[in-house]
Amino acid sequence: MTQVSSSTAYADVFDEVQRDFSGPGRIAELQRRAFEQFSLVGIPTTKVEEWRFTNVSPIAQTTFQRPMRTSASTSEIQPFVTNDVDEVAHTLVFINGAYAESLSSIAGLEDGVVVSSLAAALTSSTDAEVIETHFGSAADISAAFTAFNTALSTDGVFIRVPKNVVVAAAVRLLFITTSAHGDVATMTHPRVLVVAGENSQLRLVESYVGTGSTGYLTNTVVEVISEANAVVDHYKVVRESSTGNHIGSMYVRLGRAANFSSHAITLDGGIVRNDVHALLDGEGVTCTLNGLYIANGKRLVDNHTTIHHAQPHCRSYELYKGILDDEAHAVFNGKIIVAIDAQKTDAKQTNKALLLSEDALINTKPELEIFADDVKCTHGATVGQLDADALFYLRARGLGLEQARSVLVHAFASDLLNRIGIESVRNQLNELLLAQLPNSGGGVVYDHG
Amino acid sequence: MLEVRNLHATVAGTEILKGINLSVKPGQVHAIMGPNGSGKSTLAAVLAGRDEYEVTEGTVSFNGQDLLDLEPEERAREGVFLAFQYPVEIPGVNNAYLLKAALNEIRKHRGESELDAMDFMAFVKERMNVLQIDQELMKRPVNEGFSGGEKKRNEIFQMAVLEPKLAIMDETDSGLDIDAMKIVSNGVNAMRSPQRSIVVVTHYQRLLNYIVPDFVHVLSGGRIVKSGGKELALELEAKGYGWIDGVAEPVGA
Repeated sequence: MTQVSSSTAYADVFDEVQRDFSGPGRIAELQRRAFEQFSLVGIPTTKVEEWRFTNVSPIAQTTFQRPMRTSASTSEIQPFVTNDVDEVAHTLVFINGAYAESLSSIAGLEDGVVVSSLAAALTSSTDAEVIETHFGSAADISAAFTAFNTALSTDGVFIRVPKNVVVAAAVRLLFITTSAHGDVATMTHPRVLVVAGENSQLRLVESYVGTGSTGYLTNTVVEVISEANAVVDHYKVVRESSTGNHIGSMYVRLGRAANFSSHAITLDGGIVRNDVHALLDGEGVTCTLNGLYIANGKRLVDNHTTIHHAQPHCRSYELYKGILDDEAHAVFNGKIIVAIDAQKTDAKQTNKALLLSEDALINTKPELEIFADDVKCTHGATVGQLDADALFYLRARGLGLEQARSVLVHAFASDLLNRIGIESVRNQLNELLLAQLPNSGGGVVYDHG
Repeated sequence: MLEVRNLHATVAGTEILKGINLSVKPGQVHAIMGPNGSGKSTLAAVLAGRDEYEVTEGTVSFNGQDLLDLEPEERAREGVFLAFQYPVEIPGVNNAYLLKAALNEIRKHRGESELDAMDFMAFVKERMNVLQIDQELMKRPVNEGFSGGEKKRNEIFQMAVLEPKLAIMDETDSGLDIDAMKIVSNGVNAMRSPQRSIVVVTHYQRLLNYIVPDFVHVLSGGRIVKSGGKELALELEAKGYGWIDGVAEPVGA
């Protein structure tokens, strides 16, 4: 599909969205500009450097429609709601892009904390003011999918944590795509805005699941604005249908001495792209980006990170691990920019991939752009198979070949899962991972140290 | 128990074992000694089923079964245990998990019930004491960051838990100080029984002061060139290997 047809294909949708969405003037203006930008560039091809190894032509060749159905039967979604929702978390559930208040629970929030659907928050004048200030302030609409989301998003989540407030319970966002109507391919554009005030603390979990067998697109934009000294721990779990495509773009802006961590766990989905852009915009920031990606069949998983050290004395740590089987294809691209003033930067990046099949493929690339002269930047990538010595050792103790393989694969992943700070999320992911590994025997004892 | 007949094995096209004959009866302890590169570790690896080695000739019978026909895990379940010369570090797999999984695989094979976590801990406790394995070591990833002595003690501890019929110890003494060697030897001696056979592969006689063998064989150039009683080990200690006819140039590790 050509770029022109992208814009014509979605012009009617944009008009519809404009009628539905009644945001403040600045946001409406941003949406118009975003749609113009999207119309201009269209869905990227592999000629675009950022998409060189990631062929999203299946997305370009489909004209996605807005879902007609935004409710779901209990039986359809209950497995996900019960599995994904922790009793001590604030939970917001979205069905096909629409906020499902009856399935959500937000209770006992600390004073001044706002956890709300974005559309609902816009009806409150105080929240609308904050949203108008920050919406689109970190996201970059020159990126096609960010423009696409900005133009067509009708709802999402707004979280605001005032200065000095610690949100005790985790906030969990569950986005479910169901088979919408017949075999029509649908799209949702969830939009999340988090504003964490000075000295505040928040734990946020985004989960994406798909229940249907038709093709669809989940195109998310998450903006996190962390003010000085704020601590935000973010987790993202992608379990789209194998027919579903997920393009997620997260933009993080971190103020002085802020501490941000993100763990992106990709377990399922046809084409999955996780973009993280972190701007270290004050001195003494710590930014940790970790990821685990598991793919089999002909699936494609791409993790693109950009960490922009704009100020001195910041630290960034990245650890990504991938497990690829069959003909799966993964891409890891880690860009680190160190601005001329960002002296004493400490940046460490590692990507480790385990290839379980000869036909699995990974493209891994560090991109360092360093303009300061007193910095420490290290990067490393390893791509390998299961360790033959370890396999033999396990078999020589009586474990069967399949079980020995599963144990080693799980061990490779558990290093990352053990870094997940919310126990219920960690346990759930461990179970999901074990379920994906054949004949692992269950009852694995982890080393939590 | 174990009958090795005219065993030839190659690795990457090079012949390492050139016709080994060895007969081990239940309850016996055999020591296999020899200079570096004589094929000692290859023999241990072939018996355990390491697939880098190709058996080109000969037979190995274990309690009447064709051992060479079995996968490594089948050999383990039948009661063959190899204490590794270089125990492998396995990050992310905890020591207790591995041992419990291994024990339960073997118990299943024997038609016994599997042990749950509590029964397992009760089962291993006494053996932990003998080999001075503390609780902390059980929680750590398999061999990761273990000292040399801890690794070897852990091997013998696994052996004590898995109760093999035939234990093959591949240079278990290498890298052990005298205290660790005593602990390891106590563990092995506690396991000696009329039903169990032990093959001790070692370069030095020292270990055999603690684990006294019934037979000593000298392996050189891929063949057993001399066999005798425990006094042969002392003779080797005093005179080295050079005096034995047929001690050849090294052929491999």
